[in-house]
Amino acid sequence: MSTFEERKAGFLAIELDGAGYQNLATAVLAAESAGFHAATFKDTPEAGRTNALQRAAFAGPVTRTIAVVPEVDTVYTEPFHVSTQLASLDYVSGGRAGWIATAAVSPEAAAAVGRSFVEGDALAQEAAASIEVSRRLWDSWEDDAVIRDVATGRYIDVDKLHYADFETPADFAGTAYSVKGPSIIPRPLQGQLPVLAAVSLVGEGLVPVDAVDAVLVSAPTPELLAAEVRDARARLGSSVAIIAELDVLLDSRGQAAASRVVTSHDSGIARFVGTAAVLTELLAPLLQEADGVRLHPAVLDVELEELSRLVLPELRRRGLLRAPIQDGTFRDVLGLAPAENRYSTTAAAPVAAGK
Amino acid sequence: MTRDIFQPSGQIQFGIFFQGVNSGTIWKAPQAGSQTDFESFRHIAQTAERGKFAAFFLGEGLRLREHLGRPHALDVVGRPDAQTMLAALAAVTKNIGLVATQNTTYNDPADLAHRLQSLDLISGGRAAWNIVTTDNAWTGANFRRGGYLDHADRYKHAEAFVETAKRIWDSWETPTGPARPVLHEGQHYTVDVTPRLPRSAQYRPVLFQAGDSPDGRDFAARQADVIFSAHPKFDDAVEFRRDIVARSIAAGRGANAVQIMPASEFILGATDQEAQEKKAWVRSLQIGPQQAIAYLEQFWGRELSSYDPDGSLPEIDPVVEETSETRGSGFHGAKARQLADQWRAEAKDKGLSIRQFVTSKTARIDATFTGSYTTVADHLAEYARVGAVDGFNISPWLIPTGLDEIVNHLVPELQERGVYPTEYRGTTLRENLGLETPVRSEEPAHA
Repeated sequence: MSTFEERKAGFLAIELDGAGYQNLATAVLAAESAGFHAATFKDTPEAGRTNALQRAAFAGPVTRTIAVVPEVDTVYTEPFHVSTQLASLDYVSGGRAGWIATAAVSPEAAAAVGRSFVEGDALAQEAAASIEVSRRLWDSWEDDAVIRDVATGRYIDVDKLHYADFETPADFAGTAYSVKGPSIIPRPLQGQLPVLAAVSLVGEGLVPVDAVDAVLVSAPTPELLAAEVRDARARLGSSVAIIAELDVLLDSRGQAAASRVVTSHDSGIARFVGTAAVLTELLAPLLQEADGVRLHPAVLDVELEELSRLVLPELRRRGLLRAPIQDGTFRDVLGLAPAENRYSTTAAAPVAAGK
Repeated sequence: MTRDIFQPSGQIQFGIFFQGVNSGTIWKAPQAGSQTDFESFRHIAQTAERGKFAAFFLGEGLRLREHLGRPHALDVVGRPDAQTMLAALAAVTKNIGLVATQNTTYNDPADLAHRLQSLDLISGGRAAWNIVTTDNAWTGANFRRGGYLDHADRYKHAEAFVETAKRIWDSWETPTGPARPVLHEGQHYTVDVTPRLPRSAQYRPVLFQAGDSPDGRDFAARQADVIFSAHPKFDDAVEFRRDIVARSIAAGRGANAVQIMPASEFILGATDQEAQEKKAWVRSLQIGPQQAIAYLEQFWGRELSSYDPDGSLPEIDPVVEETSETRGSGFHGAKARQLADQWRAEAKDKGLSIRQFVTSKTARIDATFTGSYTTVADHLAEYARVGAVDGFNISPWLIPTGLDEIVNHLVPELQERGVYPTEYRGTTLRENLGLETPVRSEEPAHA
């Protein structure tokens, strides 16, 4: 993936849900200034929460460096729409888009779109199918398909467009479907957007390991995170990046973190409660075990201030954080090679893998 | 002022329709930019905002256009997702309305309503939905449902869809919540959802609609705030206005409840002569020799590359069984043969070559305003005076600089004549268009 020196340094993502939609530009700029490599946007059905992909799109043009990575459900959404929306996000962010592919376990989400409720192993099947549809559609235009050849009057070279011709597998638990293609938008700037998913969705009989670029790993307590990361690495190999999930609640503005706990915490993600200095000591080894850490601030404004003033500068000083890449792509952040197009007629050999 | 008498506002407004795909957008000129780079969209949206345009429109793509069974190679092809692009543009504009064309057939009502309301909240009350329908299985091949809707049902279906969306947007008990659950059980959909977003600054997204059949006009008169019409020519526009006023009164809405903004094209110059010369240049780039042949091929259903674009129309008949999908809609053989006979006669009568004939069929003749800035401004002032339209939706023939001369030269002329806004009236699209605050839709009695 990358050189040894680079592997010693990790990246940091921050979940921006607390910004809502009113202070989004301010929040994402503050996160970028603090040196975060990626901003993520939740999309579970809570009151007041606007569409995550649109929040990410809004954040795209106001930033230059930080990757914008929304959660988008794969179970109750149309794969064709999801694919073109994500490709468009890559355009509006200058190649800094990613996708946290989620599989909603929600009778409410099913009822909202009038579909039957999906649970168990069928969730991973839905996710795998949706990811595969997107990956095929993103490749369905070769990079040089738009030729604008005045002499022949051709805007595109039709030989460089491909039907996705996706069909759900024979053992598909949900309602079978097919998607024809090609995409309605040229190939995304990154070729393939990096796809992230919870580690619980990925593996044998679930979403195939080679369908994702990174997994999100969580543990019951902050202390157990490194062990979970090692387990995931052992199970999935080195081809996927490992991102550790951590809730943070910090001493701030003269208040002890413990005294700031006002709501019950049931995100399923380990929560760190304490000082910025102790958090730094926790993150330092974690950033060497994992490729990156995604921080979920308890209160965005408050935690972001502490993180940007005390935590990130110290991690940078110790050489544990990758340098942000001006005008870089999200693939660059993850250390991924340029994405070969599976249909590319100039490639030396046909590319079988999804990325 | 009575609700039953139409009152002209004396003003016109502009919208910009960023055409994703077609031969109307010139890509062959050296100054033509990318159709997909964000920079093209940013430039044109910010130019429109400088010119106090009311709205920025995007079309929607659901399947790539084809020609004789393959993707269509000749015209602009491929475009970004409308709402994703508009959410990004919301971050780099302040006042202009953001209109997403979105189909009722291949979206889920609760999902689409949520996404449009998200755009409305993110943009501070500037979102709108241009409601379109489709019904063909060819488009459905990209979606889980496939081709599930009969042509005859499409407006019935669309209206149920829009009613459901309105109930979702209107479900708040107070402006900030909580929301009432919305249940809709219909022939095609069951929706059972507790909406989760508060009211937007303009209450709910503005609704645009473009249907032109009697069913489409009635649908618009009942549901829409603005009709994106196909009637820009003066007499036709006045007649269309009369018809829509009658239909909206019949639907129980006021005479001024529904605004009209026809699609249009502007080819301008310092003098009338310069504009005419520019028009000839624009047309030659819109319909080149290959486009002329391809246009006939989609109706003939067969390859016609051996024909001379400067010669007469093909004497062979269209293929009867084939349908062509260049425009994403089927065109059936029997009708094609009849049409071919008609066209051959017409071209012969007028002495037109293939290229001249196709140019006459494809150029938006009725929709094109050609002339000097002052000539066109005088003409538009007349529309404003009688209230023939509320504004025009301009399709620029050049991306990204196609609005520059309109904003720099035509808009000031219109402002001098007092028929065009010099400032945005408010912060929401609804305020800027001068639309009334919507009446909250109530639960249907049977629910």
